[in-house]
Amino acid sequence: MSAAAAGTSKAAHGDVAPKKRRGPGALAYLVIYNVVMTAGWLVIAVGLVRAYLARGSYHGLYYSIEKPLKFFQTGAMLEILHCAVGIVPSSVVLTGFQVMSRVFLTWAVTHSVREVQSEDSVLLFVTAWTVTEIIRYSFYTFSLLNHLPFLIKWARYTFFFVLYPMGVTGELLTIYAALPYVQKTGLYSVTLPNKYNFSFDYHSFLILVMISYIPLFPQLYFHMIRQRKKVLGHIEDYSKVE
Amino acid sequence: MDVLALEAKNVTTAEAEKKSAPRPKPKPPKKAKRTVFFEVEIVDLKTKEKLLLLDKVIRSLSIPTDPKWYPARQSLRLDPKAKCLRDEDILQTLPVGTTASFYFSDLGPQVTWGTVFLTECAGPLIIYLMFYFRLPFIYSPKYDFTSSKQWVVHLACMCHSVHYVKRILETLFVHRISHGTMPLRNIFKNCGYYWCTAAWMAYYINHPLYTPPYYGQPQVNTGLYIFLVCQVGNFSIHVALRNLKSQCAKAKKIPFPTKNPFTWIFWLVSCPNYTYELGSWIGFTVMTQCVPVAFFTLVAFIQMTVWAKGKHRSYLKEFRDYPTLRSSILPFIL
Repeated sequence: MSAAAAGTSKAAHGDVAPKKRRGPGALAYLVIYNVVMTAGWLVIAVGLVRAYLARGSYHGLYYSIEKPLKFFQTGAMLEILHCAVGIVPSSVVLTGFQVMSRVFLTWAVTHSVREVQSEDSVLLFVTAWTVTEIIRYSFYTFSLLNHLPFLIKWARYTFFFVLYPMGVTGELLTIYAALPYVQKTGLYSVTLPNKYNFSFDYHSFLILVMISYIPLFPQLYFHMIRQRKKVLGHIEDYSKVE
Repeated sequence: MDVLALEAKNVTTAEAEKKSAPRPKPKPPKKAKRTVFFEVEIVDLKTKEKLLLLDKVIRSLSIPTDPKWYPARQSLRLDPKAKCLRDEDILQTLPVGTTASFYFSDLGPQVTWGTVFLTECAGPLIIYLMFYFRLPFIYSPKYDFTSSKQWVVHLACMCHSVHYVKRILETLFVHRISHGTMPLRNIFKNCGYYWCTAAWMAYYINHPLYTPPYYGQPQVNTGLYIFLVCQVGNFSIHVALRNLKSQCAKAKKIPFPTKNPFTWIFWLVSCPNYTYELGSWIGFTVMTQCVPVAFFTLVAFIQMTVWAKGKHRSYLKEFRDYPTLRSSILPFIL
């Protein structure tokens, strides 16, 4: 669900909010962070392409980029810290939610349920995430340096039309594929009786997660569309004048 | 002298029903040689559209409005970013010239605090009992309408029910609420939370496979005593606070310990009602040894600490001589 919308909260602030409370040290750190993340996701992209060319098929490409994917997606949790500390003007809750949902899919679904790793749906969301993140992190890098090429800004607010549904589809299909294995093995589940008088059914929890996409996905999607109008809208006005 | 001189002129009202009764009431001077007239202009906060212009206001009159815009729903401010004016504010004491501009915004449908409290508390009471009596469709059909063989389960039901009955009675007879209303959507939020957590707790405590506490009867008894002591304490504080309010309706006073030993905690804490409430739930957690109960206690602790800190801060702001020994909710700690 966070496929293309991971930066929605920042979309509202990215080009608009003045970067007041940030010192030069924080600025340097953020530039380095965003450059590293861009590079990381480029590595994943290159890894996917090379693996495809080497194997000649789409299947099982996950294994070739498993480690960098885990590393860089988990590293994105630093962004929650950035918001909490205040060097990035975004909501902690919103960023937290977006990052954690990605991390949940990476570790609690794809990593934990080995049988889904060879599914094509995994490739679907990994590709969506990769393209989105490369654009997003380069967007932030250039924004911080005040040299944002229009192409990047346009890409960020246009590609999501396809990437976001693509990512959501990949995520949902992956969770769906994981369900029978989770039920069979009772993964991450706790049953009664036990001395803490608590139970948790991971299978039902995953179904609830899937259902939660229904109200949340349209909200985030339309938010991005509104942001697009705001950010790119005036460009079209200029062209009309000419 | 007390003649009501009032003319209302409608200036560009897009919808006629957006008239509002200006709440700040100017007090007419008793023996003034000349009366001071105020001109009041009401502007919509969002659209900045002028809704109403009243000139020659000495004492306000309740203009018959559309019942939809009852006073509790109106918010009038002096400045778009300022806080709302209160009902008791007097026009003459406000920092305005002879022409006052108020910004009007609609607070949305309102519901009284009493209503919210009652629904919040009635829900868990009924829901817990539904699980206690093991109504159909909750547990496996073979357990329908059966009763637990464990004494602690019956005890927990009694404690939980007593707690909410006490709360309902306090809402009806003890509490004196200063703020009349809150937005309607709060009732859904609050009730949703209370009802869902009550169902979650009740499910496990009344489950056929419930495991009694690890240390057995001593643990249950300890939990029970803590719970009872804190319930009595909580009630004592509510009574003490109500007595404080009833003595002097408008002015605020610092609460102090009374002859009741349960109120002696006022020496150390500003909001002992929250302290006792926390204690009750800790007692209940110990008594039932149930993770959902522990979770509920933790969330309650966080929320009550936020409220206690706010109250403590407002006490410090209001009273110069506020006792320095007091903390907000936990003696010496928080």
